[in-house]
Amino acid sequence: MIKIKWGFYIFLLPVILWLFLLIVLPQIDLFINSFRVVNDFKDTTTWGFGNYKSFFSDSVYWYTFVKTAIYSIITTILTFLLTFPVAFFITKVVSNKYSGFLALLLLMPFWVGELVSVYGWMILLRESGVINYFLLDIGVIHKPLHLLYNNASMLIGLVYMSMLFMIVPIMSSLEGLDDSLIEAASDLGASKFTIITKIVIPYAAPGITSGSIIVFMLVLGDYLTPDLLGGKNSLWFTEQIYNEFIASFNWNQGSAFGFLLLALSSFIIWIALKVTKQSLEKAVS
Amino acid sequence: MDNILEVSHISKSFKDRTIIKDLNFTVKEGDFFSILGPSGCGKTTLLRMIAGFLEPTNGKVFIRGKDMTGIPPNKRPVNIVFQSLALFPMMNVKENIAFGLRRRKFKKQEINDKVSSMLERVGLEGYEKKSVTQLSGGQRQRVAIARSLVLEPSILLLDEPLGALDRKLREHMKIELKLLQAEIGTTFIYITHDQSEALVMSNQVAVMNNGNFDQLDIPKNLYKSPSTSFVAGFVGETNKFNITTEVIDDNEITIKTKNGWKLNKQCNNTENYKYLFIRPESVILKPEKELRDISRFTIKVKTILFDGSDTKISALVENTKEIMLISLPQNAQFEDVVVGDEIEAAVHHDDLKCYKE
Repeated sequence: MIKIKWGFYIFLLPVILWLFLLIVLPQIDLFINSFRVVNDFKDTTTWGFGNYKSFFSDSVYWYTFVKTAIYSIITTILTFLLTFPVAFFITKVVSNKYSGFLALLLLMPFWVGELVSVYGWMILLRESGVINYFLLDIGVIHKPLHLLYNNASMLIGLVYMSMLFMIVPIMSSLEGLDDSLIEAASDLGASKFTIITKIVIPYAAPGITSGSIIVFMLVLGDYLTPDLLGGKNSLWFTEQIYNEFIASFNWNQGSAFGFLLLALSSFIIWIALKVTKQSLEKAVS
Repeated sequence: MDNILEVSHISKSFKDRTIIKDLNFTVKEGDFFSILGPSGCGKTTLLRMIAGFLEPTNGKVFIRGKDMTGIPPNKRPVNIVFQSLALFPMMNVKENIAFGLRRRKFKKQEINDKVSSMLERVGLEGYEKKSVTQLSGGQRQRVAIARSLVLEPSILLLDEPLGALDRKLREHMKIELKLLQAEIGTTFIYITHDQSEALVMSNQVAVMNNGNFDQLDIPKNLYKSPSTSFVAGFVGETNKFNITTEVIDDNEITIKTKNGWKLNKQCNNTENYKYLFIRPESVILKPEKELRDISRFTIKVKTILFDGSDTKISALVENTKEIMLISLPQNAQFEDVVVGDEIEAAVHHDDLKCYKE
């Protein structure tokens, strides 16, 4: 018995160390820092809510904060709408022979990494890019369109980068769906629409919930895609945090922003779980 | 009584494989109609065509005289109880049963009334709020049947619904289903590979083999006078022998089995037979001297297969290599039968079932 216990602790140790040294300790440090207010000359330090106050006093922070939240929610919803039919198709419509191959195709974009994918989108969307070239060539337009560096291009990139994280949990919960449930619903008089809304979606709800949480948090904390595809006007909240840490060297202010973002994401997820009556335990298990 | 279902020259092929071949039958209103067959005989395909999940390649299905061609499952007056039951796990008992009623836009009060009276009928009063995942196998069964019956279908189709239950519960549900059907009077079409289920519950049984019915009859006739060797072998337990026959005169033949057993049978048929079937319980042990129209022989007990009222012996027919199963009545006369005993035995000529193919 003692041997088994030792083995258990030895395997647990890396996890504990990882959690404690890389997550808990830095977070505590940042949390303490977020209450440290320095003056402009960085020579006196006082303690208080000054860093949090400056967030509420400057409207650009506010605006960025709300915009980030709204666009993250929109991205999550769009990702769900785009991936759900695909997940249903792969798991329930095509035969098992092809579903593995199709799932592999979904993985492909992630072999090249986020940066390369984003540059791929830039090549497509920029003024001298593939889409503009094609449209000019067939004569639909006479001047190149500004497709890049706006909210739409940012959304495209964010949705594209998020799809896999939504589709995998949905597929795994749909795989358990017995075809006879769909047939039974149809037999009892349900239309196709009713079958989707009353049977398939409720059945896949835990997968949808966990997919949505993952996508929402990833998008909310994403930096690269909003910065490269949204351009200077993207005003993503992570950019503000980056600016505080790197450009202004104001780690205290940056920490406060970081905790505000954490509070925001927790709050939105909590609200969403309450509204949809889903439980976090079910979604992560 | 009217025919509620008419299946007219129906056939079904998948690619180059023909599953159902030109099948033709009718079902009377209020019948408990069973389709009995081994797995892969096409019975589920037939059921799915009646339910509307599959369209027949040829032929038509009529329900109450109405052609069902092209009508989807959700518009047909039939409901199906699936083998897996297919209860909706995210809904409770009431929501499951109310699902079909909601689709038909019944009023809320009406739905509540129908659901509770249906639950009462299947013996699950007060189970409305229970989650279907908490129910036992038999209760889930009843919910699945209630969910279909509440829509008052013309025909209820049941696709081996007792298959997943353990033996004891299956025996119990068999009787319960039969009583329920008798009480509500809905036509049941019941699919099974278990001959006992079919024989116990049904008024009419169709034995299906290779995409067609070998015999459609009442259970008793099916057992007593099977029309083909497949039915004889599939329905009930039986001993099968490969035989050749010789005609003695106009009303007697000699049957010779492959392993050297010879016996006579009186019949006025002079054709050549290939198979002989003898049911274990049609062998008479220690027959009285004055019995007529029987073939007598001696057996030697090899094993006793004790199973209560269903006890059998495996015995060697003397002077041959034929082994057959014989029912051993559990009464005082045969209580002390032991392995190695030699017993006089006989079979009535009518119980020697011979088939040409």
